[in-house]
Amino acid sequence: MGEIFANYDIVGAVWKTIQLAVLSAIGATVIGTIVAVLRVSPVPVLRGIGTTFVNTFRNTPLTVLMIMSVLGFSFLLGLQIREDFADNAFWWAVIMLSLYHAAFVCEALRSGINTVPAGQAEAARSIGLTFKQSLLEVILPQSFRGAIAPLVSTYIALIKNTTVAAVIGVAESAGILATITENEGGSLPLFLVFALIFVVLTLPLGVLGTNLSRKLAVKR
Amino acid sequence: MSAQTVLFDAPGPKARSRHRLLTVVGAILALGLLWVVVGKLKDTGQLDPALWTPFVTEPTIWTEYLIPGLINTLKAAILSVVFAGIFGIVFGMGRLSGNRWVRWICGVVVEFFRAVPVLLMMVFAFFGYFANSSIVPQEYGPLAAVVLALTLYNGSVIAELVRSGVYSLPKGQGEAGLSIGLTPAQTLRSIQLPQALTAMLPALIGQFVVVLKDSALGTAITYQELLTWGKTLGSAYGNTVPAYIVVAILFIILNYAMTRLATWVERRLKRSGATAGPITNAMPTVVQGGGEPGGPAAAGAQIMVEGVEDAAHRRREAAQQARRNRNDPGW
Repeated sequence: MGEIFANYDIVGAVWKTIQLAVLSAIGATVIGTIVAVLRVSPVPVLRGIGTTFVNTFRNTPLTVLMIMSVLGFSFLLGLQIREDFADNAFWWAVIMLSLYHAAFVCEALRSGINTVPAGQAEAARSIGLTFKQSLLEVILPQSFRGAIAPLVSTYIALIKNTTVAAVIGVAESAGILATITENEGGSLPLFLVFALIFVVLTLPLGVLGTNLSRKLAVKR
Repeated sequence: MSAQTVLFDAPGPKARSRHRLLTVVGAILALGLLWVVVGKLKDTGQLDPALWTPFVTEPTIWTEYLIPGLINTLKAAILSVVFAGIFGIVFGMGRLSGNRWVRWICGVVVEFFRAVPVLLMMVFAFFGYFANSSIVPQEYGPLAAVVLALTLYNGSVIAELVRSGVYSLPKGQGEAGLSIGLTPAQTLRSIQLPQALTAMLPALIGQFVVVLKDSALGTAITYQELLTWGKTLGSAYGNTVPAYIVVAILFIILNYAMTRLATWVERRLKRSGATAGPITNAMPTVVQGGGEPGGPAAAGAQIMVEGVEDAAHRRREAAQQARRNRNDPGW
């Protein structure tokens, strides 16, 4: 075990995983929110754009997106983000993780809006609140509360899906585990170390999400 | 759809003209994006008909590359979903067992495999064991690793679906079983489980979509599935980008069809009244880690469908949700 830790940059790989997760989470949140706004907008064309985005990215395997990005877009179409090969793969991984999970963030936000019964909007308007007031004071606060649990689950899935970046050669956790296992043979303790790292990365988020969504749940 | 009724009023003349403006702006933006993508493909020569016509003119592309790939993808997915179903029902029942130790062990197993990325399990199982040992014949090594990893992960998700499905049944179902003299285990097996599985059927179909998508990870351990064959096809015909686009479209069609099937089954089950539980097709991929897959999103969708007409039903929903929360120890 000690030897393996000395010979391979395991800490660096875990750090790469964390970087991927944080950057893609930011990207997915930004894109996902925009797409969610499109998907609930009253304009059919905008809704159509949002729906197409979600159906495309949600139904394509992340592996396909990753491989397509580097082998297809980067090598053949010449869309290099960085000169360096490893850096280029890393940033493409961030983009693809963001796009893929944006579809899920969008659905999480939308399901939050769907938890608000129409009666809430009707009640708000009938006591004389304006459109803006009813949206800002009644509907959106309730929808954000309803969206917490699915959002947290999306971020947990995102953290685990950063491993898929290994298929395009990003030296993160799954990549280095594959290399070590191939060279040194399978070692169960090493696998457990990596498994534990992911438990540590995702567990607090899961606990936080469960507690928050319970605490903030709208009583109906 | 129904979200609009909550968020927006019926548009007046001003709003209608604003909507028209946004329609034009949206259409221009979408077409502009399409223009840029097509332009880029054209500049790099990817729209050359020579790269695309083989998909129509040469049947070998389909018979030698894409269809074998598709068959392998489906083989891995179907095997995994069958094993995952068995794993899920066994461990889901284990988590509902009356014995504290059985419950605890099943809980640890399920939570562990849900937290570990599928690819991590796949590369470890393959490079560590199946690639260079005689546990399985050499040529089945990659398939075994793919199926094992997908079974463990998705089985754990299904176990959680089973558990939350049983919890979300009305309490009267279990009480009725006990009061006619069935043991708790019999009540679970013959009253609660069948109804829970029926209620969860759409979510189980949704899980099949997850399995299908994740089977593409097999390409990392040399499993010859659709994506791997797409890669080979791309090098053989010198049309990598078109090959990947066709592979992606095949995946999208397959998964979209499954999602539609899940929605259709959900609607049918709701009409048939075959179960007392709330029927959902929430995407279990998304809902993970918080202890109750399919919970919040599903409840939300349900509330929306019922609307304001059925307040009584909604109260029952809320009571179920509260009960689920009480029963659910979380992490």
